[in-house]
Parts: sequence; structure tokens; C-alpha cells
Amino acid sequence: MLAIMKRDFRSYFNSPIAYVLIGLFMLLLGLFFNSMIGYGSDIMSQFVSTMRWLLLFIVPILTMRSMAEDKKNGTEVLLLTSPVRVTEIVLGKFLAAFSVFLVMTGVTLIFPLITIVAGKPDIALILSSYFGYILLGAIFISLGIFASSLTENQIIASIISLVSIFLIQNIGYLASFFSGFLNKAFLWLSVTDRYEDFSIGIIDLTSIIFMICYAAVFLILTVRIIERKRWSQG
Amino acid sequence: MIEIQNLTKTYGRIKAVDNISFTVEKGEILGFLGPNGAGKSTTMNILTGYISSTSGIVKVAGKDVLENPVEVKKHIGYLPEHPPLYLDMTVNEYLDFCANLKSVPAKEWKSQKKDIMELVKVTHVSHRLVKNLSKGYKQRVGLAQALVGTPEVLILDEPTVGLDPKQIIEIRNLIKALGKNHTIILSSHILPEVSAVCDRVVIINKGKIAAVDTPDNLSKALTDFSRFTVTVAGPENKVKDIISHIYGVKYMETNTKLKDDEYSYIVEADKEIDVRKPMFNQLAQHGYPILELRSLNLSLEDIFLQLTTTEEKEAV
Repeated sequence: MLAIMKRDFRSYFNSPIAYVLIGLFMLLLGLFFNSMIGYGSDIMSQFVSTMRWLLLFIVPILTMRSMAEDKKNGTEVLLLTSPVRVTEIVLGKFLAAFSVFLVMTGVTLIFPLITIVAGKPDIALILSSYFGYILLGAIFISLGIFASSLTENQIIASIISLVSIFLIQNIGYLASFFSGFLNKAFLWLSVTDRYEDFSIGIIDLTSIIFMICYAAVFLILTVRIIERKRWSQG
Repeated sequence: MIEIQNLTKTYGRIKAVDNISFTVEKGEILGFLGPNGAGKSTTMNILTGYISSTSGIVKVAGKDVLENPVEVKKHIGYLPEHPPLYLDMTVNEYLDFCANLKSVPAKEWKSQKKDIMELVKVTHVSHRLVKNLSKGYKQRVGLAQALVGTPEVLILDEPTVGLDPKQIIEIRNLIKALGKNHTIILSSHILPEVSAVCDRVVIINKGKIAAVDTPDNLSKALTDFSRFTVTVAGPENKVKDIISHIYGVKYMETNTKLKDDEYSYIVEADKEIDVRKPMFNQLAQHGYPILELRSLNLSLEDIFLQLTTTEEKEAV
């Protein structure tokens, strides 16, 4: 598992992909941050919300190659015939993409640092926002890896994950079209609402567990997809 | 070492592998021969645990592939049809990754890596990116990957495809050398390769086993007569008359006229009787010297065609 994680992580930084993503992310955030200067010192939770929206475009590019590339290059055979379990392969891939995401998140810490130097923001609130943001990132990344396991075409993988991340982000909005059970079900599934708790400083253990399980479900589905392909009779 | 019993794999209605069984002994080099699409790669993919079988049992080193996949995979080094290379890594990095993946202890790995790289002759390209290597070198790196962790069983799917003749000979010699302390299954559709390298051959066609034997036995078994080509200096009709009256000769015909009074003939004789000595003596008595005498064995190629084409007739 660690071998796969290390290899994939390095591969992100051997190609321009990680640098381009981080650069783009920082550029957009910088512009946004610039426009917010002067609106008081507690702008950070709103700022992190913007980061969350940008994930819609960042994560699909980050995860599109994860499984698809191995399938296309035939290196999938190497992984699947090595003495490691499929779960370890998927987890390794996930941890690699997640580590790149963490590096990216780490770089953005410069913005809250600026607010801390320049004003008196609520540091606990910033931390709780970031915490929610990282959990949300884990969900989107596992969803992106799932999408990548469905195809060997990276473009298609990225489109699938873009659409599904968009849906998951807006599932709470969809709920307003329904009433009764469906309304409740959609609201329950809404990760955005859970995230909102973190951004106003509520750290709820059920929410943490809920979001970790959310991510785990997509990783388990990815394992199933790979296993199913090996067992396929058609 | 490897045991395959009633292995079947179906894709929809197509039976890619149809009820095949064979075993491979420890230290044996087994050739897996068949035309394209015969089911060679499918069988190898099942053997290595890459895909599952529809039914049947596969055991490697006494362990079932389905029940103990991780255990079995530890014993196997696999070179698939397309070497599974990460193009964005150097040869060094790639082999290190493979060693990590196969959990080779770090202490052993250092010396093992050196040995493997020298064996497949990639030491001088170890710092180059895999994507910049030629096809031949990529194949060697693929082979190196299969050797990582010194597995007892090597499964090589068409290891010499796309190599130039010199490289092919090198790889064949390498496989022969590896055969001394590995059990090897080697697939190929190139027949001389299999007869040059393997101890035993499994011929597979349309998912079924057509024959299993040593290369020599296969060519013997399919001929119930011995065949020669003989070139004699002397008038055609007289030479023919002498040879066809020798005890044991069943059939003869003129093959080509080389010069005036110098012909080559094809002679078929009973397998149990050696007709070469009486042939020499009698022709010498008549003053017709033999210029060339050569026995014609059915090559593996002939056998292969014979086996695979009869199957086709049956199918029609």
C-alpha cells in the first residue's frame, strides 16, 4: 500500500499536473482573497467555502489518472498480480491523491496567516473550517477515484467526477424540490450541510464519522468495480 | 509445482479456455504454444490471478489461486504480453517500486537488484526514463520486473515478441539459464523458440489442448515412417530401381534434377528398419555414389499445422 502511495505521489510531482493545479488554485484564491480585504477579519470561513467550491474543478483533474492510467498502460496487471490486496491498491491510490490535496491545502495556509498577522481573526473557527474542508476533500477524492476506476479514458473519468461532485455538493438544494421522506433522505445525504456546521465552528463527532464513512463507501465501491471486472464473464 | 485441472473461462458464449488440464514439474520449462487467440494469455492471466476462472482448479506450490491469492502471487513472477511499465520512472525507480510492491526485504534488495540488472543487461540504462528506452530494452525491464523477489515460478507471455534476432537469441539463452532454478511457463506462437528452449510443450488451439509432450516425442509420434532426402550421381531410372527394391522402402519419388545424371530423391521407409546402410552399399556396388543423405524429421511447425488444422476440419 505504501509503495503504491509513494509511487503515485511522486508521479504527481514528476509531471506538471500537481504544480499546475496548485498554481491555478493559488492564483484564483489570491484574486478572491484580494477582493475580500477590508471586509473585517472574520472572512476566513467564507474564504474556505470558496476553496470548497473550487474543489469541483480541482479534484477531477487530480484523480482522473489514478486508476484510468494504470488500466490504459497495462500497469494494472502488475498491481493486480503482485502479492497485495485490491483494497491496499485502492487505498494507496487514494492516499497519494489525498496527500497532494493536503500539500495544496497546506500552501493555502498563507492566507489565514496573513489575516492573523494583519488582524484578530477567530483562529478556532479557521481551524474548524479547514477541518471540514479536508473531510470534504477526502469525500470528493474518493468519488473521483471511483470515477477513474470506471473507465480507461482520463477525460471521461474527469467528466464523471465533475458531474458527481457537482451533484453531491448540491444534493441539499435538490431536497427542497421534495417533501416527506425524499426531502429527509436528500438532506441526510447532503455533505454540504454537514460542512456548514464546521464552517460556523461546530465540530460534531457524528458529522466526522458520517463524512469518513461517505469517503469509505466510494473506496469500497472502487474495490468492488475492480474485483467485478476480474470476475466478469462477458 | 503448477497444477491446472479442468480450467474453463467463458466470455459470454465464447469459451476462451475450454476444460484444460496439465501440470508443470518443479524446474521444468514448459512451452505453451498456439495460434493467436488460442487462449494462451487468458490461461496465463488466470494462473497469475489477474482474472478469475469460470470453473476449474489452479494450484501453484500446492496453494489454490482462488483461496490464497496473495500467497500464490508471492511465488510467481509474471511478464504479461505488454510489459507493465511506468513510463515516467527511471529503470532504477521502477525496479525499486516493484521490490516494494512485492515486499522484498531492503537488505536483500540491494544485491538482488544488481544481479537482476546484470542478468538482463540493463545496468547501463538504469538511470534512464523507461519511456525513452527501445522496445527491446523495455522488454528486458519487464523481464527484470518478473525476476524481482526471486519467485520460484516465472510466467512469460511471448517474451521475445518485437525483439531483433540478436536480442531474441539473448533472451532465449537467458530463459534457458533461468530454467536451472526456476519453473517456467513460456507462451509463444513461434515454434523454433519453443523447441529450442522448452522441455515440454502444450499445444493449445481454440481453448483446448491439442497435444502435450516433449518437442522430440511430438515429432516422432506423428510419423510412422522415416523420411530421407538422398542425392545420387547416376541415371534416374536405374537409381530408382535399386532403391525401391531395398527391403523396407515404401515409397520414393524424384525430387529435383540437379545436373545431368544427378538427382535428389525423397525416400520413405518403415520406421523400424534402417534402410540407409543397404542403400549406401547397393548404390556403391553399382558405382552410383551418394552425394547427400539427410533424414527429414517433421518439424514442430508441421506438427503444429497438422494438429491445429485437423481441429479446424472437425469444427467445420
